[in-house]
Amino acid sequence: MEPLSILWFILIAVLWTGYLVLEGFDFGVGMLMSILPRGGRKQRESERRVLVNTIGPLWDGNEVWLLTAGGATFAAFPHWYATLFSGFYLPLLLILLALIVRGVAFEYRGKIDSERWTRAADLAIQVGSWLPAVLWGVAFGNLVRGLTLDADFQYVGGFWALLNPFALLGGLTTLTLFLLHGAVFISLKTDGEIRHRARRAAGILSVAAVAVAGTWAIWAQLAYSVAWTWGAVLVAAGALLGVVRTVQRGREGWAFGLSALAIVAAVVLIFGSMFPDVLPGLDGGQSLSIAEATSTPYTLTIMTWVAVFLVPLVLVYQGWTYWVFRRRLSTEDIPAPAGLSWKKIKDSAFGHDAGPAAPASKLPQ
Amino acid sequence: MEALELARWQFAITTVYHFIFVPLTIGLAPIVAGMQTAWVITKNERWLKLTKFFGKLLLINFALGVVTGIVQEFQFGMAWSEYSRFVGDVFGAPLAMEALAAFFVESVFLGVWIFGWDRVSKKIHLACIWAFALAVNLSAFFILAANSWMQHPVGAIYNPETGRAEMESIGAVLTNNTLLAAFPHTITSAFLVAGTFVTGVAAWWMVRLARTRRPDLIQLARDVYRPAVKVGAVVILVAGLGVAISGDVQGKIMYEQQPGKMSAAEALCGGQEAAPFSILTVGPLDATCDELTHLIEIPGLASYLGTGHFSGPESYLPGVLDVQEEYTARYGDLTAAGEPVTYTPPLAISYWSFRLMIGLGMVAMGLGAWALWATRRGRISESRWLSRFALLAIPMPFAAASFGWIFTEVGRQPWVVAPNPTGIDQIRLLTERGVSTVVSPGLLFTSMIVLTLIYGVLAVVWYRLIHRYAVEGVPAQVRDESPEAQDDPDTHRPMSFAY
Repeated sequence: MEPLSILWFILIAVLWTGYLVLEGFDFGVGMLMSILPRGGRKQRESERRVLVNTIGPLWDGNEVWLLTAGGATFAAFPHWYATLFSGFYLPLLLILLALIVRGVAFEYRGKIDSERWTRAADLAIQVGSWLPAVLWGVAFGNLVRGLTLDADFQYVGGFWALLNPFALLGGLTTLTLFLLHGAVFISLKTDGEIRHRARRAAGILSVAAVAVAGTWAIWAQLAYSVAWTWGAVLVAAGALLGVVRTVQRGREGWAFGLSALAIVAAVVLIFGSMFPDVLPGLDGGQSLSIAEATSTPYTLTIMTWVAVFLVPLVLVYQGWTYWVFRRRLSTEDIPAPAGLSWKKIKDSAFGHDAGPAAPASKLPQ
Repeated sequence: MEALELARWQFAITTVYHFIFVPLTIGLAPIVAGMQTAWVITKNERWLKLTKFFGKLLLINFALGVVTGIVQEFQFGMAWSEYSRFVGDVFGAPLAMEALAAFFVESVFLGVWIFGWDRVSKKIHLACIWAFALAVNLSAFFILAANSWMQHPVGAIYNPETGRAEMESIGAVLTNNTLLAAFPHTITSAFLVAGTFVTGVAAWWMVRLARTRRPDLIQLARDVYRPAVKVGAVVILVAGLGVAISGDVQGKIMYEQQPGKMSAAEALCGGQEAAPFSILTVGPLDATCDELTHLIEIPGLASYLGTGHFSGPESYLPGVLDVQEEYTARYGDLTAAGEPVTYTPPLAISYWSFRLMIGLGMVAMGLGAWALWATRRGRISESRWLSRFALLAIPMPFAAASFGWIFTEVGRQPWVVAPNPTGIDQIRLLTERGVSTVVSPGLLFTSMIVLTLIYGVLAVVWYRLIHRYAVEGVPAQVRDESPEAQDDPDTHRPMSFAY
């Protein structure tokens, strides 16, 4: 096997790690928006806005890791890209739809000052955060377990086969991990009431994560993996137990690092189990190996140069934005809603008192 | 319908939709960056007002461009997996480069720009919008590199062992002459879209305020909206000229690389010298080419567009029937299913989208000229006709850009990877061979309907937001929020921007 192909297998694992660690917490924040805020209607809305704003400047950059993982897979392993995404058509479609409504909801939520509007945006954020949080785990669970491929590397297992107990537990695992990761992030990025609630939630979720993720990891390890990935399982377990302790002691920075480490370890376990295949066959059936899926050495060389120059650069400037927005937020930091109301525009000085000005209805509909 | 037809419809719907938002972002981002630069240099508040106003509209638009772009990247694998297998070694590279070199810059620095007015220094904040503006243009370059390779494969060989196209030279892929013509054409047309948008909105406001007879509002029209009209109008005229020149270059390249597309654009059946440019043709526009009547035409112009000669033997343009004959001899006459291949792209779509592209683009040029005339030597206009036309013109270049892409993509049919008749013509792929074989028509139908519905709802939301925020006008008061303008930057105060 070409060393470059192995390098790119590792690089793609790195890109997925970046994606799951980063968007993992913003999925978590999105999901917790329906759980954490408390109090009267106004207080709840104000807390929700605190939560949205903790990830406001960051979520879009986090999502680019997914696009990069996708593009890199296309370039470095065309067969992998083709088989995986045509085979996982329906789950991927659901994820894409979720990401569409979620992204739009973040951007548009504050644009109109109306309760109905905000509620619709919140619904979109819920769907857009819970659904992918589960589906990514189901997808990776199936990759670890293996797929039914024919001789042309086409996935022929059908949709329902993807919903097996192992993969579903995988879905529950990512769900719990992201909820925990999000709760820890909120406790790190907010102040006041909500911070304490997030801490308590993180305490409970960390125990749940140890149970759920631990079960899945041991199952994966015993049924589908190789000896050295026990290391990843142990790191993940240690990291999650560490979260339990650090969260309780208010060491939120450490807790966030540890919950991120647990996700890194999970990706190592997943990709370690798949190696040297990119798509293992179910029960030892036809598989797609790194060597069979790879692009030519020339393409990989070009891509390697591009990655060597750009990935560190991306890490530097993306890291810088986390530094720029490092301050904790509380309800006091949130300005009054800046969203428009249609009435306000119509009553504004320009429209109303302006005499013969063209009425707004003159705009093409 | 078969999976192939459904996959094609889905691709067309999602791509045309995506490309409604993209050109406005590509063109508007540098304009907003320019306005902010003018504010930082001149300290004149009008530019800050305009930056905030058009900045908001830019953000509303960018959000939809982003989310629909995700679908674009994944549907190659989802619905066109056999295409992906065939081209991945070449086509995937510019896509991955786009993500690494451009998407990260766009999303990261736009985040800082939106939320960072009071967090980073004025210069860094300005650098963020420029980084964003350059990155969206770089994005266009990489995606056009990928598309141009489908139009005209270069820098690769066909490997019979693996049965796919394999890259030999990334330099050739990134300097494909199809790309070098398509990139300026796409970018200038994006500036035409954005210039028209800026001029349209600002001219409507200028006229609206000028007609109030209130000195303060007339002053606002003069101070703030008139400069915006002028900026937009200059962008329109410069970009329009660029669109015309780059389009002309493209026409000549197309004549060499995809003669079928060029002759379909003219509904030219038999080859001829001094071929006229048809303005109106009636009759059944189909591949049989029967009973067409060219009613209005400009002599020699089509030949000139394709060859650079109005008349004489060098002005010869092949007709669709000639191309059919030549391609059948060259690339075979039967599909995998044993059906005869039609090498003529759908004639009616090619013919009309080409004309609509040019015609609608010219409406925008008209607005540019009128707006510039109306604001000459310190004037503002009270003309209702100008304000009506300004609004009417806004959607025109959007539509022109869409028709341009429809022409480009439909005109390439029946190929998804068109053969390169001047080089390596073993690399070619019929569209029907590119579609995923494991995705059922039912699933494709469902996804097409769901995507269309969601996109439809989002289009309404997008339009209403753009409309409302455009009608809100520039903010009455703006202030310098940068850290250096604050007495004590450490005091706790509400964020300057929050969702």
